[in-house]
Amino acid sequence: MKADATMEETVLNSGDTAWMLISTGLVVLMIPGLALFYGGMVRVKSVLNMMMMSFGALAIVFVLWIAFGFSMVFGDSVGGQGLIGDIGQFTFLKGLDNSTALIGTIPAAVFVAFQGIFAAITVALISGSIADRAKFGAWMVFAGIWATLVYFPVAHWVFAFDDFVATTGGWITNDLGALDFAGGTAVHINAGAAGLALAFILGKRVGFGKVPMRPHSLPLVMLGAALLWFGWFGFNAGSAIASNGTAGLALLNTIGATTAAVLAWLLVEKIRDGHATSLGAASGVVAGLVAITPACAFVGASGALLIGAIAGGLCALSVGLKFMLGYDDSLDVVAVHLVGGIVGTIMIGFVGVEVGLFNGGGTEQLVKQTVGAAAVLFYSFLATLIIGKIVDLTIGFRITENQELTGIDIAIHAEPAYELSDNSQGSIFEFSRGA
Amino acid sequence: MKLITAIIKPYKLEDVKNALQGAGITGMTVSEASGFGRQGGHTEVFRGAEYTVDLIPKVRIEVLVNDSDAEAIVDVIVKVASTGSIGDGKVWTSPVDQVIRVRTGERGSEAI
Repeated sequence: MKADATMEETVLNSGDTAWMLISTGLVVLMIPGLALFYGGMVRVKSVLNMMMMSFGALAIVFVLWIAFGFSMVFGDSVGGQGLIGDIGQFTFLKGLDNSTALIGTIPAAVFVAFQGIFAAITVALISGSIADRAKFGAWMVFAGIWATLVYFPVAHWVFAFDDFVATTGGWITNDLGALDFAGGTAVHINAGAAGLALAFILGKRVGFGKVPMRPHSLPLVMLGAALLWFGWFGFNAGSAIASNGTAGLALLNTIGATTAAVLAWLLVEKIRDGHATSLGAASGVVAGLVAITPACAFVGASGALLIGAIAGGLCALSVGLKFMLGYDDSLDVVAVHLVGGIVGTIMIGFVGVEVGLFNGGGTEQLVKQTVGAAAVLFYSFLATLIIGKIVDLTIGFRITENQELTGIDIAIHAEPAYELSDNSQGSIFEFSRGA
Repeated sequence: MKLITAIIKPYKLEDVKNALQGAGITGMTVSEASGFGRQGGHTEVFRGAEYTVDLIPKVRIEVLVNDSDAEAIVDVIVKVASTGSIGDGKVWTSPVDQVIRVRTGERGSEAI
């Protein structure tokens, strides 16, 4: 987000608008990117369910975003406490869904759409920790509740600047003064902590730690990582909400940190296992992207390389934690998003231009960064445990063991991901009713 | 009549097929198979963990021949499919009661 934005700029800037239209499209591309990244990593019997959790999250969250989510994030802070925006202020985008309303120098409609996809992606990221075993309906219910009770408040804390959309904004960005350019806390620490909590609620997959659960298609994983990277330029550089030098710096760092993270991840693998793997390269891409997200406009190029290298190395070392500690975070949401998000958020306190410890800024910013990261981590983890448990106790979160062994694609969605032979044609026994 | 079944390394299929055509066979069936023999499986790495993959990909070839040709065809397959390293596969023959060509209804040696 643009920290120095104020309400005095009320003239539409066509350059800014063009870039933000493009950025919004790029960010939407991250949803299928994530679906491919996650979908390739699961076994052949649960690809579709994995991809459906991303598409489903986008659908439910964006509808809620229009209904009340935007208002909860960007409405005036209730009581000036900085905890939650006024749900009644922009309900169903009143006053904003026209072609003349502006936010900053761009149409309000574009800002609303851009920020709405952030909410959807954050929810979709969580799904990686519960691969192969969650009821689709329960996931959709969880996604809606989680967006409302966790993402919308936390995004208000982090993304709602005073005097930008509304007069009063959230506590982390305005009162605490922690820096988070594009969502290291609100998106990645938030999703990572929620992923950890849901892995506890759902429990381990049948055969976890005994049966090899290898990715069914690494090319899909690589393609997904590539699309995420491409979309991330909208996510990070678009968070300037302007077509300017800040966006340019964010874009450069989004490449620098990511490439450094790939090198670090592969190096760890080569030393530890003897092989540099394609899964490691794809995971390194995402780890680097995650870590640079909060920092991309606050650090120089060498700071970005350092952040990427640390994130790539630490995240690579963290993927083994789930086996040691015994939780089934299936696709490493914790190791990549929680660890990567913490690295990026904290590192601003070290390498941030002017504010970082290494740049003569003292420890003040470092403390702010740590408090912001910890607040989001603990709130998200605890709230997710409660929401997940309630969903589990009421409608049930997990499919049956038989359904899981059969494969969730067939059992829940009645579709196989790949129909590679014509030999099992069968016949149509009932056409859809009421068409 | 005999059915010759051969399990070979996938990359040897082209050579074996060409050699068998040269030896005068009139048809063959090829399918992808997986399994293990004395070679055992191989190792794959995923997220730092090493996994033994027990079943490894092979190609199965099936050829129908007259009794008198069986020995020579088996020899061709063994000779061409051999690399001398472990995992080259196996060839076996089994007796066949009856063979019928679907289009014409010819039976026995006529149908081969």
